[in-house]
Amino acid sequence: MPKVTIDGHEIEVPKGTTILQAARMIGPEVAPPAMCYYTKLKTSGGYCRTCIVKVTKGSAQNPNPMPKPVASCRTEVMDGMEVVNFTSPEVLEARKGVVEFLLINHPLDCPVCDQAGECHLQDLGYEHGAAKTRYDFERRTFEKIDIGDKIQLHMTRCILCYRCVKTADQITDGRVHGVINRGDVAEISTYIENAIDNDFSGNVIDVCPVGALTDKTFRFKSRVWFTKPVDAHRHCDKCSGKVRLWFKGSEVLRVTARKDQWGEVEDWICNTCRFDKKQLSDWTVEGPSRIDRHSVISQGHYELAKLKLDTGKKLKELHGGK
Amino acid sequence: MGKQLLLEHINVPGLARLDVYRANGGYKALEKALKMKPEEVVEEVKKSGLRGRGGAGFPTGMKWSFLAKPEGVPRHLVCNADESEPGTFKDRFLMQHNPHVLVEGMILSSFALGANTSYIYIRGELLYVYHILEKAIAEAYAAGLLGKNILGSGFDLDLYVHPGAGAYICGEETALIESLEGKRGNPRIKPPFPAVSGVWSRPTVVNNVETIAATVPIINMGGEEYAKIGIGKSTGTKLISACGHINKPGVYEIELGLPVEEFIYSEQYCGGIRNGKKLKAVVAGGSSVPILPTELILKTAKGEPRLMSYESLADGGFATGTMLGSGGFIVMDETASVVKNLWNFTRFYHHESCGQCSPCREGTGWMEKVLHRILDGHGKQSDVDLLWDIQSKIDGKTICPLGDAAAWPVASAIRHFRAEFEEYIKNPSSIKDEKHYYNVRNEKAPVA
Ligand SMILES: Cc1cc2nc3c(=O)[nH]c(=O)nc-3n(C[C@H](O)[C@H](O)[C@H](O)COP(=O)(O)O)c2cc1C
Ligand code: SF4
Ligand code: SF4
Ligand code: SF4
Ligand code: FES
Repeated sequence: MPKVTIDGHEIEVPKGTTILQAARMIGPEVAPPAMCYYTKLKTSGGYCRTCIVKVTKGSAQNPNPMPKPVASCRTEVMDGMEVVNFTSPEVLEARKGVVEFLLINHPLDCPVCDQAGECHLQDLGYEHGAAKTRYDFERRTFEKIDIGDKIQLHMTRCILCYRCVKTADQITDGRVHGVINRGDVAEISTYIENAIDNDFSGNVIDVCPVGALTDKTFRFKSRVWFTKPVDAHRHCDKCSGKVRLWFKGSEVLRVTARKDQWGEVEDWICNTCRFDKKQLSDWTVEGPSRIDRHSVISQGHYELAKLKLDTGKKLKELHGGK
Repeated sequence: MGKQLLLEHINVPGLARLDVYRANGGYKALEKALKMKPEEVVEEVKKSGLRGRGGAGFPTGMKWSFLAKPEGVPRHLVCNADESEPGTFKDRFLMQHNPHVLVEGMILSSFALGANTSYIYIRGELLYVYHILEKAIAEAYAAGLLGKNILGSGFDLDLYVHPGAGAYICGEETALIESLEGKRGNPRIKPPFPAVSGVWSRPTVVNNVETIAATVPIINMGGEEYAKIGIGKSTGTKLISACGHINKPGVYEIELGLPVEEFIYSEQYCGGIRNGKKLKAVVAGGSSVPILPTELILKTAKGEPRLMSYESLADGGFATGTMLGSGGFIVMDETASVVKNLWNFTRFYHHESCGQCSPCREGTGWMEKVLHRILDGHGKQSDVDLLWDIQSKIDGKTICPLGDAAAWPVASAIRHFRAEFEEYIKNPSSIKDEKHYYNVRNEKAPVA
């Protein structure tokens, strides 16, 4: 099994493991942020470039460094490979650039965005970005589109991570979901406003790292931080029936899939569980959810962000307090 | 004039017709190749030292030998005729006037690679050339040069021309493959490389039009003889499309190693700068390669004459050198505005970005807007550094080289012509009337 060293931590991993996966095995202190990669989705990753790292030694056999930063989510480890992530000013600087690119056309209207409080882009900007944007042009905007009666697409917030496209492609049948146009006017489309009429279409909401795809049955009902999540299940003949219920008082405001430590869905859930089962009596409650750090209601949300990953601070440290 | 291998008979009337092409020695190379073993054809190409003419200059023989050959899996040869890089129009010229040299090259190269179905992917705007190729292919089928048992050799080949829909990105080999498969032309993430998994996940070689055409003279004269033409590792001849402020714009076949100065000023080639003006700058290899000012394009930083070769043009790295690239040679005289020209290039990359990866999708548009602001007389002093920083954050951080191609012109223009940017910002009235240069006024200006 190949051994790889990331930011000084060595780990042995199965052949075919990517640098990102290896880093996650070591832990959040070395794991690069990932906005487009999704473990459950084949061929995901490579797009956003937030997970770039530097390979300072290719392998034991070929010790040469790789000339350019690589997308850790799409680069397999080799035996003897050495990688720098949070210990490299070059990587942090490059990532800061990527974050800035992701934000220049982003509305940052978090106060009116349903994703606020559990948005990977908010975290990314906070942990890896610069304090101020240098972009002073008009930002790109799109009209909101209803995808059927349950899902809304607000392209203005989309970061083109392709996760929803891959989800539609891989877990739903009869794909109608894709990308039209090119460059910075490319948009997610359902050719067009053609509802994704499928039992599993709701999962695109969960994979979306930002507030571009949202649950219309939850829209503006509450802010995430006023809701309390519990894990629950029901017998479902379409999916595993293992979900997370978001309560306000005794009312179920929202049903989502359960997410792991990296903010990724554990089991896909069907639209019946997601949209139609909003009575407590529909569910067997298991207990409070363990929340990934991407949600504001997570204990470690701000602490972890501040302590480990503040790029500005990190860069200062690495440049010797300059 | 140096040796002419691809354009030798270009002025013969009717060369696009099979009978005329054959009367001028056409399809002799194919006859010869079909009597050899496929490996021997590959060997000749290796010996020739031929390097890819599509821009990167990768040795063709080596590329061919990387082609995976799993049992029972078909392989494909794809000709990249998407030529859309600003300043580059040599493939179009060759296909339009000498289509059979490409068809012949496709057949013998397919034979060498063991491909029985091959494709020419042609830029969508070149529909008239598409028809010329279709006609040439029909003639070749009728003459038994394509189809089953070609010239009695037992080798079968079907050749298709596939027009694109007008996207520059479909010239990137993996985007081309996606598009050929009928998908959106997004570059694939490599590895796997096409040599292992290309069209329909089968091993595939993608080569430029001129690369494939060059295999014809290589087989005719033998790899060793071909390698004697040129200089060092830059063997053979190269088509250069010359444009801009020169007396004789056009497509020239040069022997690699020709001094740049001779190419610009000799009557055989560009014929010097138009209207007796002075040379200001050259973009030597298509819009993506670094621009060089007169002193550095005519001579290297070491003071040696700069030659038209892969090595000499790259001498000095990006600090003082550039690249041969695709051979799109753009000449600017003293009246030209480097900043305006750069804006035009940047606008192109912005428009052509496929939008898959964030640095290129967002960065190209940002750079265009900043450049537009400068040209509109509203530049800020910090804009030059901002441009520099944006390009540095795109360069090397994207899925495909379009990101680099968008970054390099910006970096090189600032590196060599910073004062011009600063002058425009400080003194907007110095921004010259640009009517002769591009038709911006007819277009909707980007938001600034
Ligand atoms: C954005 C982009 C556009 C390209 N366009 C072309 C093109 O129009 N024609 C071409 O031959 N190569 C083009 N290339 C290079 C191809 O990817 C590939 O390297 C080339 O076709 C290989 O052929 P060669 O080895 O014969 O040069 C392009 C590359 C990029 C990144
Ligand atoms: S998607 Fe995230 S960053 Fe964007 S507005 Fe919504 S909460 Fe804010
Ligand atoms: S809508 Fe969401 S999931 Fe889909 S591409 Fe945009 S950001 Fe990604
Ligand atoms: S570099 Fe540009 S063109 Fe290439 S994949 Fe990325 S966005 Fe697309
Ligand atoms: S997570 Fe690797 S490129 Fe997006």
